Amino acid sequence: MMKTSELMGWGRYPRRPGPLGQPRDERQLSAYVGLGGVVARGNGRAYGDAAIGAAATVDMRALNRMISFDPETGVLVAEAGVILGDVIDAYLPRGWFPYVTPGTKFVSLGGAIASDVHGKNHHSEGSFGAFVDWVDVMDAEGQVQRASRHENPDLFAWTVGGMGLTGVIVRAAIRLRPIESAWIKQETIVAKNLQAAIETFESAKSTTYSVAWIDCLASGADLGRSLVMLGEHAGAAELPHQHRLRPFDSPVRGKKSVPFDAPGFALNSLTVKAFNALYWRKGQRAQGTSYVDWDSYFYPLDAVLGWNRIYGRRGFLQYQCVLPLSASKVGLTEMLQETARTGQGSFLAVLKRFGAQDSKFSFPMEGYTLALDFPANARSLALLDRLDAITVAHGGRVYLAKDARTAATTLHCADPRATAYAQMREETGLSTQFASAQSERLLL
Amino acid sequence: MTTAILDPVLILGGGSDIGLAIAHRFAKAGYPIVLAARDVEKLEGNRADMALRHNVEVTTATFDVLDTAAMPGFIAGLDHTPGTVVSVIGAMGEQDQSEADPEAAAMVMRANYEGPALIMGMFAAQMEEAGHGVLVGVSSVAGDRGRAANYIYGSAKAGFTAFLSGLRNRLAKRGVHVLTVKPGFVATRMTEGMDLPKALTAAPEEVGEKVFDAVQARRNVIYVRSIWWLIMLIIRSIPERIFKKMSL
Repeated sequence: MMKTSELMGWGRYPRRPGPLGQPRDERQLSAYVGLGGVVARGNGRAYGDAAIGAAATVDMRALNRMISFDPETGVLVAEAGVILGDVIDAYLPRGWFPYVTPGTKFVSLGGAIASDVHGKNHHSEGSFGAFVDWVDVMDAEGQVQRASRHENPDLFAWTVGGMGLTGVIVRAAIRLRPIESAWIKQETIVAKNLQAAIETFESAKSTTYSVAWIDCLASGADLGRSLVMLGEHAGAAELPHQHRLRPFDSPVRGKKSVPFDAPGFALNSLTVKAFNALYWRKGQRAQGTSYVDWDSYFYPLDAVLGWNRIYGRRGFLQYQCVLPLSASKVGLTEMLQETARTGQGSFLAVLKRFGAQDSKFSFPMEGYTLALDFPANARSLALLDRLDAITVAHGGRVYLAKDARTAATTLHCADPRATAYAQMREETGLSTQFASAQSERLLL
Repeated sequence: MTTAILDPVLILGGGSDIGLAIAHRFAKAGYPIVLAARDVEKLEGNRADMALRHNVEVTTATFDVLDTAAMPGFIAGLDHTPGTVVSVIGAMGEQDQSEADPEAAAMVMRANYEGPALIMGMFAAQMEEAGHGVLVGVSSVAGDRGRAANYIYGSAKAGFTAFLSGLRNRLAKRGVHVLTVKPGFVATRMTEGMDLPKALTAAPEEVGEKVFDAVQARRNVIYVRSIWWLIMLIIRSIPERIFKKMSL
C-alpha cells in the first residue's frame, strides 16, 4: 500500500498530492518501479517539481547504506539514499572530502547524480558526474544494470544529469578527494561592477573554488557589484597554529532553524535591500585572506535548517541559468537590469564560472551561471519568463534541479539535447515508465 | 591525542530499527559494536555500513532469544566481553491470536520476558564479577498497566520491567548500572502503516540518542519522549473500577 502525501520541492512550490512509496530495501523498491510514471526522490532538495512523480514517487531515503571504501583510491560505494553530509561526517576526519559539492550537504547521492550537480569548482574540476565511476540503475522490470563509461556507456551518460528519467539509481561509486585539513583558505575580492567580477573570475581560473555574491539591487555604474570569494583546501602546515595539531577538527556550528512559515510580508523589497546592503558592507570589511571551516564555506545556508520557510507558505522560485562565455557579459547585464527594474530583488544572487562540459543532458556549459531566488507569486513568474527569453536569446539554458515553471517550448528551443532525450525516452519506452511532474511539463 | 580502548557494546536484537539506531549512536562515539540477531546474514549490509560510517569494528553474532539452552554458549563464544549489553528484543504478536492460542501467547511471553530476562541475568552475573558494566533493557509503556488491547505483550513487558528493577537494586552497589527504557511509539518497521500521533512518536535515531545520553548520565528509567511519563502516570492513576470499563 502506498500512502498519499503532499509532495513539493525545496522551494515549496508547486505542491502536488500523490502516492509515495517508501521501500526499505531493493526488493521492496522493485515492487514500485513497474507502476508507470514513477520517479525516485532523495532528500527533496530539488527546488521545483523534479522529484514529484507523474503517477507515483519513490522515497529512496531508507536505501542509505555505505557499502565499501577503498583508502587507496578514495572510491566510496554507497546506496543512492546516502546523504552527502553523512559522507563528510564519516570521511572528513579520515582526510577525505567529496570532489564536488553543491551548496547544501543535505542532498542524496542519487539526487546529486541525477541532477549532475556542480559546486564552486566546476571551472577547474567539472561536475559531480565527473567523479562518479559507475551507477547501478533499476529498470521498470526491477532489473539492476551497472553503467559506467565502459559498461552500458549510453545508460551512464543519460543517467548522469538525466533527472531520474532513465530508471532508479540504487547505488553508485563516487571518488573522494584526499585533503589535509577541514579548512578552506578564502580570499575575498571586492568587484565594483559586473565587468570587474568577470575579470576576477577569468584571472582566477586556476584557483580550485570561486563564487561571487552579487548585490543585485545595485544599478547603473554599480550594476553587478560583487564579492568574489576564492578558495583552496588548506594544507595542514599552513593553518594558524591553534588548528595545526588537529587539522580535521572544526567548530561545531549551532543549528538555527526556522520553525514556522514566515508571514508573507517578511521578505519584501525593503528587507531584501537591507540584507543586501548589510552583506555588502560586511564583505568589504572581510576583504583579504582568511581561513574558513568547511561547513561555513560550502554550506552557509545549511546552518539555518528549513531556511526555505522564510518565504512563507507560498514558497519561492529559484532561477538558475547558464550563458555561453561570449554572451555572458551582455546577457547577465540584461538579466540584472530586468531584475532590478522589477524592484523585487533577489535575496541571494550567486554568480559562478563554469568550465567546458560535454554531456548528454547535464546543465553546465562553458560560461557564467547566475542563480536568483524570488517569492512564488505572479510577478515573479512573469519576471522569470522574461529571464527565460534573455537566456534563450543568448544561447543559454536553465537548470532543471531548480526549475518549477519553465515552459516546454523554452527548454526545447534552448537545448536541442532535450528533444533528443525525449525521443530516446519515447523509443525505449522510458517515457511512460519513469516520469516526473517536471518531465511531463517539459515534454521530456 | 590518546583514546581509551572502549569495551564493545552488544546489541541483542541488532537487526531491529531501534537496535540499529542505538548501535549507530554508540559506534559514533567510538565503541566497537556486536550486533546479535537470529539471521546475521541479513545484517551484513548494516554491519558494513556502520563500520564504514564510524570507523569502528562491527561484528555480528547469531542469537535466538527463545533458545535459552544455547545462551551460555553464546556468551562464551563472544570474542570480547561486552562492557554494555542492550536488549531491544521483543515481539508484539497479535492480541487476538494470543488470547485464542496458548502457544502464541507463550511465544509472546517468552520473547518479551523469559528470554530477555534470562540473558540479561547471565550478563549481570558476568558484570557483577568484573565489578563494572552497563545493562540496558528496552521494555515498553505497555508494561505500565495491562490493557485489553495488548495485555499479553504488556504483561510480559511488565515482567521484564520488574526484572530490570530488581537487577538494578541488586547490582547498584556492585558497579553495574541497569537502565530501563520505555520508548512509547516509535516509527519502525513494526509500526509501519499504523496511524500514530506525531507528537507521541519518536524516530529510531531519537531513541538511540536518548539511550546513549541516559547511559552517560547513569539514568535508571527513561521514557524516550517525556510526555509518555505524564501519559502513563495518568493511566496508572485511574481507579480500577473506572479503568476496567474504559477502552484505551
